[in-house]
Amino acid sequence: MIEFNNVAYGYGGRDLLTEISLSLNPGSFHFLTGPSGAGKTTFLKLCYRELEPTAGQIHLFGQATRDITRDQVAELRRKTGVVHQDCKFLDHLSVAENIAMPLSVAGKPMDVANLTELMAWVGLSERADALPAELSGGERQRAALARAVIMSPDVVIADEPTGNVDWDMSLRLLQLLIELNRMGKTVIIATHDMHLIRQAKSQVQTRVLRIANRRIQQAGVDL
Amino acid sequence: MALSLPFLKTDTTIHDRIVPPSGFTARLTILTAGAMAFLAVFALTLSLATGRLAERWGGELARSSTVRISAPSDQVAAQTQAALDVLATTPGVQSARALDSEEERALLEPWFGPSLPIDTLPLPVLIEVIETSDGYDAEGLRLRLAGEAPGAVLDDHTRWRKPLVVAANRLRFLGVICLILITGVTAAMITLAANAALAANGQVIRVLRLVGAKDSYIASAFIRQFTLRGLSGALIGTVMGLISVALLPNTQASGGFLTGLGFQGFEWLWPFVIPPFAAAVSFFATRFAANRTLKRLM
Repeated sequence: MIEFNNVAYGYGGRDLLTEISLSLNPGSFHFLTGPSGAGKTTFLKLCYRELEPTAGQIHLFGQATRDITRDQVAELRRKTGVVHQDCKFLDHLSVAENIAMPLSVAGKPMDVANLTELMAWVGLSERADALPAELSGGERQRAALARAVIMSPDVVIADEPTGNVDWDMSLRLLQLLIELNRMGKTVIIATHDMHLIRQAKSQVQTRVLRIANRRIQQAGVDL
Repeated sequence: MALSLPFLKTDTTIHDRIVPPSGFTARLTILTAGAMAFLAVFALTLSLATGRLAERWGGELARSSTVRISAPSDQVAAQTQAALDVLATTPGVQSARALDSEEERALLEPWFGPSLPIDTLPLPVLIEVIETSDGYDAEGLRLRLAGEAPGAVLDDHTRWRKPLVVAANRLRFLGVICLILITGVTAAMITLAANAALAANGQVIRVLRLVGAKDSYIASAFIRQFTLRGLSGALIGTVMGLISVALLPNTQASGGFLTGLGFQGFEWLWPFVIPPFAAAVSFFATRFAANRTLKRLM
């Protein structure tokens, strides 16, 4: 599903990531850890082709990501749901319209029943017509998660999704991501919250990828 | 159970609304399109009016000329008849007739007023000559008139008609240049406004790309909005321009060049080409700006 072959990424003559080779299989659940500035976000951006590697090859869904057109990048993004720590929305549209945005972008018809069900799943039924600025941090994360999965992507990537929310909300978000994984989605979560990782390990088989010294190391009891 | 979600219209309306509706670029686009359409109406008026003028001077007047009889009062009648006889036998002359005193009064009225005591003035007799389409030999006619009626002077209008026709044609050309400049300035201003809107909506573009939007989807949202703004602004400007032209004073009776400045008959339909044309200019200007900006923001 996602394959890195001896990948490196750097800028300004300095490598941020180097010699990264790994394969993320369909339906797997991964945590990505490492100190701040280690390159977690950079790694994730390489996974959804926000960045292009300076060396090596990345294959997403069997397609090499180097020298592909912008339209092909857009097609890849439709198969990948992304949740950022600082969720970005179109502030002049309602929460429901923001969540439905990927459908409009892909030219797919809106199924109101599905949307309503999705909003209930993330606990935002009552906030559908609110503007993004009116949401709390946890609500924004859940809205971003709903937007990320409305197209039923094969991969869900979350970059520090619990960074701005309390522990109860973190667990709730984690539960949603675990449910997605049980539905067969590949999940990658960047976090430095070890409690969250331990909480997930008790419910689902996870792999922990640790970035250190510009390289990715696998860690954990399941290695 | 039927679900009602009034906050969520259709996916089409989401696309129509992804570009925030407010901002100075919206006002700038509408104002620019409106002002340019207003000016375009006047440039069009100028072009059409001068076109008519050039056509009239170049066409009707080209086929008419005047013979002026300035002779001692006891010879005026004889020389007038002699001149008419010469004209009647001149190839290329369709008709010739002496103007009566009422017609001369009408000719002088714009300058001296209606109460001119024309009978007391030593005015020359004027003979209006209408040519055939082939025309006549002006130099030959002058020689014959000099022999038969020494006080007759042929004025074939060439001296003053030619520069007037040239001037009218140049005015028409300037009107066309104005329309071209207006189109260019409109395109430039809307390109600038679209560029500013695209730059100001960098986050919108990033979010759309994050969820898999292709450039065509993003560009079309901006293009649609700016095209509609260009169209609505141009409609307002055109209507204002038409009202202004309609309210121009009628100078038919006393005006000189200004006579006929405005639209006549079917010409009133021409200004309605301006709004769709402005919309087309907005469409292409925004598409150019959007494609360039989106490529740069890769």
